[in-house]
Amino acid sequence: MIGIIDYGVGNLFSLCSSCKAIGEEAFVSGNAAELAKADRLILPGVGAFEDAAKKLRDSGMAEFVRAQAAQGKPLLGICLGMQLLFERSYEYGCHEGLGLLKGQVVPMEGRLPKELKIPHMGWNALDVRRGTLLEGLSGQYVYFVHSFFAENCEDSLSALTEYGIPITAAVEKGNIYGCQFHPEKSGNVGLSILRKFAEV
Amino acid sequence: MITKRIIPCLDVRSGRVVKGTNFQGLQDVSSPVELGKFYSDNGADELVFYDITASAEGRKLFTDILTEVASTIFIPLTVGGGINTLDDFDRVLKCGADKVSVNSGAIRNPQLVHDAARLYGDQCVVLSSDVKRVGGQFRVFAKGGREDTGMEAISWIKRCVDNGAGEVVLNSIDTDGVKGGFDLEMLEAVSNAVDVPVIASGGAGCAEDFVTLFETLPKVDAGLAASIFHFGTVKIPELKALLKEKDIPVRL
Repeated sequence: MIGIIDYGVGNLFSLCSSCKAIGEEAFVSGNAAELAKADRLILPGVGAFEDAAKKLRDSGMAEFVRAQAAQGKPLLGICLGMQLLFERSYEYGCHEGLGLLKGQVVPMEGRLPKELKIPHMGWNALDVRRGTLLEGLSGQYVYFVHSFFAENCEDSLSALTEYGIPITAAVEKGNIYGCQFHPEKSGNVGLSILRKFAEV
Repeated sequence: MITKRIIPCLDVRSGRVVKGTNFQGLQDVSSPVELGKFYSDNGADELVFYDITASAEGRKLFTDILTEVASTIFIPLTVGGGINTLDDFDRVLKCGADKVSVNSGAIRNPQLVHDAARLYGDQCVVLSSDVKRVGGQFRVFAKGGREDTGMEAISWIKRCVDNGAGEVVLNSIDTDGVKGGFDLEMLEAVSNAVDVPVIASGGAGCAEDFVTLFETLPKVDAGLAASIFHFGTVKIPELKALLKEKDIPVRL
């Protein structure tokens, strides 16, 4: 059973539907006691890092997620949820993340060739380097929408995508997983990634 | 490399797709769920659902259908038609839409784009604009292309992008329905003026029109069409194979 962490950030409709589509029981909750009963957790998120990190802290979810991860429960961060796994983000200032993975989140602005549009939005190909979640999916397309990306994360990096420069597409370290793209919006490839997560 | 997107647009009235026709292996071609799934399984990169109902009952049916579509199709969904307030954004996002497209609603209340972008993020707000040449000027039309607003299109679109629209669908009234190709001149003017994705709409008559579009205007991100896909004149897998052959990046 998958617990989807609700901390007031983003639309969880598609994520719930896609868990159902792979035949996996899933529930949305912002309650630590309920979420603790799940076999695995998904940390979703869209929007601004600072706001999301604050909501995680203020709701007590930051502490809960760290504790659950330390116990070895599989945790998957999606999009902003992945970025929150890192030590810090330089999205409009410098903000502290959960610190579960080494690395930082930086803006695309100023780092991409000038002709490329920001956000990086649309279908892009995976270049899978290691790990179990994305095994065999090199060259497959997944759906991205983001303006910031993780760097200095060699420690956990599992897949890249090319957008003028190499961009961190996925990370994996022990029981901690993260996708910069949206598996719940990436067709059958995305569903296969969620299925893999449900089995780890 | 990010791929060029191919987007079928489905007009929905009273819970049924208008003009859906001629699909092999589909039981009910006017079911938005069946047709959406067909496109999703056959290479569409994104779907646009346009609510062309005027009645409250029709609107309720639309949101029910949207919920069903969003529960079965796992590619990005954009919803438009009758979006006039933040409550309308909320209504369709709760049913599983990823992006919301505004047209007349933004013309009536330009603040809507700004407020929606603040609340849901720029990536969620799509400006859809119906544009026609009037006296040597690109002019914005409202009410489904029936009413000349008198506004110059490029400055209107720029203003909406500055206000937070994260994407622009440019529908050329001049080429719409003619099937002689996209309006390259109009698209070039718009894609030079903004730095958000531009989606070409209106005029595609055959697969080669998409090749011409992306070869002539590399800045254009996506091509949208309705009847040529619905009538099977252009089949998306074949269109994408042709684009790939021409070295245009697509998701296969």
